Amino acid sequence: MGGALDLFTIAAVSLGALFFLAGTVGLLRFPDTLSRLHALTKADNVGLALVVIGLLPRVEGPLDALKLVAIWLLVLLSGSTLSQLVAAVARDEVPPE
Amino acid sequence: MNGATAFAFGIAALVAAVAAFTVAARATFAATIGFTAYGLLLSLIWVGLAAVDVALAEAAIGGGLTGVLLLGTATRLQPIDAAAERPGPALRGLAAVLSAAVAAGLAAAVLSLPDPAPTLAPAAAEHLTATGVGNPVTAVLMAYRATDTLLEKVVLVLALAGVWSLARDDMWGARPGPRYRADPKGALAFLARLLPPVGIVVGVFILWVSADEPGGAFQGATIIAAMWQLSVMAGLADEPALGRGWLRLLLTIGPLTFLAVGLGGLWLGAAFLAYPPAFAKPLILVIEFAMLATVAATLALLMAGPPQRRSDP
Repeated sequence: MGGALDLFTIAAVSLGALFFLAGTVGLLRFPDTLSRLHALTKADNVGLALVVIGLLPRVEGPLDALKLVAIWLLVLLSGSTLSQLVAAVARDEVPPE
Repeated sequence: MNGATAFAFGIAALVAAVAAFTVAARATFAATIGFTAYGLLLSLIWVGLAAVDVALAEAAIGGGLTGVLLLGTATRLQPIDAAAERPGPALRGLAAVLSAAVAAGLAAAVLSLPDPAPTLAPAAAEHLTATGVGNPVTAVLMAYRATDTLLEKVVLVLALAGVWSLARDDMWGARPGPRYRADPKGALAFLARLLPPVGIVVGVFILWVSADEPGGAFQGATIIAAMWQLSVMAGLADEPALGRGWLRLLLTIGPLTFLAVGLGGLWLGAAFLAYPPAFAKPLILVIEFAMLATVAATLALLMAGPPQRRSDP
């Protein structure tokens, strides 16, 4: 039982790290601000969700599990709001020559 | 080399790289973002060194608050920045050599410490039960070295007075910062309605839990100050006029409570800031809550800046 949960944690966290890597590649390779924001928010949020899911078997009680999920929700909230704000500014900017 | 050591080396290399970027960045804005990222990575290092209270303080104040202050400064400097003359290569070379010398000196000092390094940790842990708290960091801050914490809070008030002194003479006691207006149906207003209740609960919780777990009044107060600043920036609240009596009471209630408890210790007990053992924990809690209010208000007003307008334009 312990071994299977450990394997699950490793698999989920590695998959989450892969999503973070994908988001960073998108940040570096996408042509303009709007698509880079898209890569950052979508990929990073899924990556964080997978990391949180992977860490859930290792918590010591339901309260700690709720805290992890609350952290993910807060990151989701602030990340999406900030990307909206940055996108609003980026949309109005003149594209570089 | 096991995983933990590899991780430590990785983070150290990352911190060095981000620091190099911060120094080399041409635009002040980019350097500020680099500095904020540097602060967050430093807090990871503190966690790795098992100093979670310091990590919380680093993330909240080093990463968050200082970043906001620097961003505001960068914005105000923008018209001047473009025309500013960059220091010559000789001056920058001298600065680089001096910084490297300081870093080398610090590294030599740390590496030449005897192993195990001299520490007061066992002595601090021994008398923990007398202070009534379980977290040794809180015991050091609020019991063993309470004088230092009291002086820190006074320094905060002085710093705020310094910021206020930048105001024009006729603006003394006016409202700080511009009047922000944001779309009341927009994303920022939505966040400013949703986040502050959560932030206030988290801030008070970090203070409450600091008795036995990592936390602290300063860290919690920074979060509450950030929630206030968020509401102001979304246009949902306006900064109070700095001449208001209740605001000035709020700004001084922390050090005043601390001082009152200290003088009470002098009068009724053994020495200045001596807590009677039976009341140690309640007294510490009273001081910490008063400090929470003061530090939150002070940090929020530090972010707002000097007073510059009388009322809504």
